Amino acid sequence: MTAPDILVVDKLVKHYDGLLATDDLSLKVREGELHAIIGPNGAGKTTLIKQLTGEIASDSGSVLFGGKNIHRLSESERSHIGLARSFQITSLFKDFTVLENVILAVQAHKGHSFRFWKKVDQDRTLTDPALDILRRLKLEDRKDELVSALSHGEQRQLELAVALATEPKMLLLDEPMAGMSGEDSARLVGTLAELKTHYSILLIEHDMDAVFSLADRITVLVYGQAIATGTPDEIRENAEVRQAYLGEEA
Amino acid sequence: MTLSIRFFINAALLIILALVPFLTDWAGDSFYTGLVSRILILAIAALSLNLLIGYGGMVSFGHAAYIGVGAYVVGIGAFHAFEDGIDWMLNGYFQLFTTLAVSAVIALIIGAISLRTRGVYFIMITMAFSQMLYFTAVGVETYGADDGLTIYSRSDMMGLIDLNDEKSLYYLIFVSLLAVLYLMHRLVGSQFGNVIRGTKSNEARMRAIGYSPYKYRLTAFVIAGIIAGYAGFLMANLSDFVSPDMMHWTRSGDLIIMIVLGGIANLFGPLYGAVVFLMLGELLSSIPLTIGGLSVGEYWQLIFGPLLIFIVLYARNGIDSFLPGKGRRT
Repeated sequence: MTAPDILVVDKLVKHYDGLLATDDLSLKVREGELHAIIGPNGAGKTTLIKQLTGEIASDSGSVLFGGKNIHRLSESERSHIGLARSFQITSLFKDFTVLENVILAVQAHKGHSFRFWKKVDQDRTLTDPALDILRRLKLEDRKDELVSALSHGEQRQLELAVALATEPKMLLLDEPMAGMSGEDSARLVGTLAELKTHYSILLIEHDMDAVFSLADRITVLVYGQAIATGTPDEIRENAEVRQAYLGEEA
Repeated sequence: MTLSIRFFINAALLIILALVPFLTDWAGDSFYTGLVSRILILAIAALSLNLLIGYGGMVSFGHAAYIGVGAYVVGIGAFHAFEDGIDWMLNGYFQLFTTLAVSAVIALIIGAISLRTRGVYFIMITMAFSQMLYFTAVGVETYGADDGLTIYSRSDMMGLIDLNDEKSLYYLIFVSLLAVLYLMHRLVGSQFGNVIRGTKSNEARMRAIGYSPYKYRLTAFVIAGIIAGYAGFLMANLSDFVSPDMMHWTRSGDLIIMIVLGGIANLFGPLYGAVVFLMLGELLSSIPLTIGGLSVGEYWQLIFGPLLIFIVLYARNGIDSFLPGKGRRT
């Protein structure tokens, strides 16, 4: 028996000045599944993520998350119902330390922040969960470094750590391996393999080896349309996909 | 916790400030107590503005308006007590409460509108609001219009403290400064401060991890306005005079210069900035040098301007970069 769907995207549309970035896109992600989205540059992958997180408004269509329509929820409200996003271009708090970056995300989910007196760095209810996450992502010994002192690979790990700190049900990962060295990506594949046992994941990634080894199912996006969805094997065999996408690379 | 060199520099500055009335007594020149009082009041206002600019990235260009509001509350109270015999309007606690309340309401209104904009629009809209208050003060004939209002009677603190005594007033100002420094230290290190600093650093990510920064920024705006209003309350009592000029946008610019000069997002920065800005102004304007019939002192800003440009160009953290050790961020 298959798990219920955690995310149901139905006939989603987004125009940008005549360009159809998302074209009648439908997609279902099952609970606990790692669902990868692949597609050539300009296929509308990041636009889709932005529509799911609420950073940009959709022209039409609907998104159900955990059975609820999230159309009216703001970006921050969507974070609070368990949708977390990592950014394709690293988006961290540059003048904060590694630990402070994660604390800020933990804090966002511990009620309101109209607390004016107690020191954040002495508040164990914030630092303990943050340290746990850094331990999980093997960044603990870098906790007091400023973001700018981290290598690119470490920044990508931290990018993920900040997303995890929001206690999500589902992760929307926008090219987590972007710009990584082979060694760093191999390490991240290991991390993602561990994460997929805890979270539902929607993964956008150009690294095909990573996608085909990690994904339970793959959706292929071309010009804002989902042209195929299936297991890695099905996608590999799909003639339309081979022609539209994989063929280009071969 | 190890004590840094900077800790001792900051402590030394505060100790010197604590001794100022005695030092000037000893030197037999009480003029400097007044000057330092003025510096500390503006430091309080600059500290509050630094919460917005240094920590929050909100470059408010109308902060002097709140100083004016606080000063006018004292001035108007004294005016009615003097002209109409309404004694309770001289009550210092009434004046203080009114100052804080009016500053809060005005900051809430200005902030609620301004904080919907970003960048240069935010700068322009805060400046526009402060100029509206400036021109309001210029237009009100009853309260002296652009001539201002002489305060014949300082706030009556009912025997708790006598503001007519320069030393008492000085220590009220000094203790207020310490309190505001400590308040900023706590605020910036708290969850609230974390949100304010995080939003300056990366607003898009703040939203993505679940914050709605607007209400926090507005709260910071109101806190800063209240503290600056309080600075105005002190200023009116110090100078016995209030005029629209206190609210002019160039006065707001002075506060920004103090912050930049002192080192942005640095707890003690605005204090150093205020000290250097006003001391330098005082020193340069008293240069007894005349070149070709022109007194150098009279055109001191010709020297001050390039000096400022030099500091901003070569020391990104202002005076902070010239002092040994690392400044406290919080």
